[in-house]
Amino acid sequence: MSEPVIVCDRLCVEIGGARILHGLSLSVYEADFLAVLGPNGGGKTTLLKVILGLMKPTSGTVSVFGEAPGHAKGRIGYVPQSLVFDRSFPISALELVLMGRLARKRLMQRYGKEDRQKALEALEITGLAAFAGRRIGTLSGGELQRVLIARALAGEPDLLLLDEPTASVDPDMKTTIYDLLDELRKHHTIVLVTHDTGTIGRHVSRIACLNCTLDMHEAGSTLDRASLEQLYGHPVDVVRHRDPAGMATSKHYDHA
Amino acid sequence: MPDLLHFEFMRNALLAAILSSVACGIIGTYVVVRKIGFISGGIAHTAFGGIGLGYYLGLNPLAGIIPFGLAAAIGIGLLSRKAKISEDTAIGAFWAAGMSIGVILIGLTPGYAPNLFSYLFGNILTVPSSDLTLILGLDCLIVLMVWLFDKEFLAISFDEEYARISGLKTLALDLCMLCLIALTVVIMVRVVGIVMVIALLTIPAAVARSSSRSLHGMMLFGTLFSTLFSISGLWLSWVFDLASGATIILVASLVFLFTTLLNYRGTSNSSC
Repeated sequence: MSEPVIVCDRLCVEIGGARILHGLSLSVYEADFLAVLGPNGGGKTTLLKVILGLMKPTSGTVSVFGEAPGHAKGRIGYVPQSLVFDRSFPISALELVLMGRLARKRLMQRYGKEDRQKALEALEITGLAAFAGRRIGTLSGGELQRVLIARALAGEPDLLLLDEPTASVDPDMKTTIYDLLDELRKHHTIVLVTHDTGTIGRHVSRIACLNCTLDMHEAGSTLDRASLEQLYGHPVDVVRHRDPAGMATSKHYDHA
Repeated sequence: MPDLLHFEFMRNALLAAILSSVACGIIGTYVVVRKIGFISGGIAHTAFGGIGLGYYLGLNPLAGIIPFGLAAAIGIGLLSRKAKISEDTAIGAFWAAGMSIGVILIGLTPGYAPNLFSYLFGNILTVPSSDLTLILGLDCLIVLMVWLFDKEFLAISFDEEYARISGLKTLALDLCMLCLIALTVVIMVRVVGIVMVIALLTIPAAVARSSSRSLHGMMLFGTLFSTLFSISGLWLSWVFDLASGATIILVASLVFLFTTLLNYRGTSNSSC
């Protein structure tokens, strides 16, 4: 087995005294396509932010490509939700995608020919080559979402992290985005956060269920393996929420 | 108008209008797309303390605004982003404290404070040549910084989180941008005064936004609109003998209102 890309070990995150993640252990291996499912407020986005180094865990450790989060810049392509962006911002699709090259440039260094080349290739892969010069305000939700995927790809990452990529798109576009991800998984490790339980099972290699709110962290509070496998017809990885006493013995749960 | 150019004060006023518009168009663009108008207003009003300091020490008040404005930019920036205080509270506190310091220092200065009114509300007709040199220098500094940090400023304006993930020092860049706003305030004080700086920092860029495809285009159009507002306001104030700063702002506001209504009609028609 290759080195794991992401290792979370007994990860706990508290924000303002509220437990968001509690005793979470998880490994993601190269060429995995992992979907993290869970209700709103279940800690999905928090998990991504910890992996990205935007948030520090209260306890427990995370390593990404064998290093602390935040040190693997350039190897991670992050795709945020398209809903959070100001559509009236005067920026073209190409300019937005160029931002994906940021981690590969020095401070004050301008984007060059190679950056433009990579950005255009990324737009090509996501099927948006014709939209390069369009202002983002004129794109549909699904198109903007694909531009954001193109931005992540432009940085030539090994790992793709996607936050609810199908949250704001119509059903047709959802299929397009999943088809795109099916293509991308050939060359990238993918972690996808979603609550789109309907279609996800057909595309991903593993599913983790995450619901670590304060009142749900006792043993056996999530769906068990059998029922999830039945639901998705797939091997399923369950992230269980154990009581603190049980944590020490379950350290290698996900490594098995 | 050409015969007016025989007067040195008129030539200076025109130059001040054009030079200040460059800063306004460029920095105003960031203020508008990042929606940090209130911070900019806070920096401007805090800088009034600098005017008081200038009077008290017998220096050029413009020179007093620079350290005060920069301190305000960094103070408000750090307080609202690092401490657990909401941004508008931090801004409000600085805003009022800066004004109070200014009032107290002016009160402590013996004698009458000449031209105080012009620093508050601007008087483009009294810009001395020495101030023009200062304005030109600050303009060059602003253009240089924006040219150097072009892609970084775009990144933190559009998607600060992504900029941070990409390894940018977003807090430092953010403070740097706030400092550039403070320098723009210094430039604008002569033209429209502390109280009305915020209008020229936002209106020209806001009017330019709908017709621009990129941040650079918005900066260019913003500069053109700002020049247009300043010169037409200057001309109207001359013809009708009105306060120049207030007339410039009124022209800008009317154009803003007009284009907003026009855009509103445009969108409501197309949605039918």
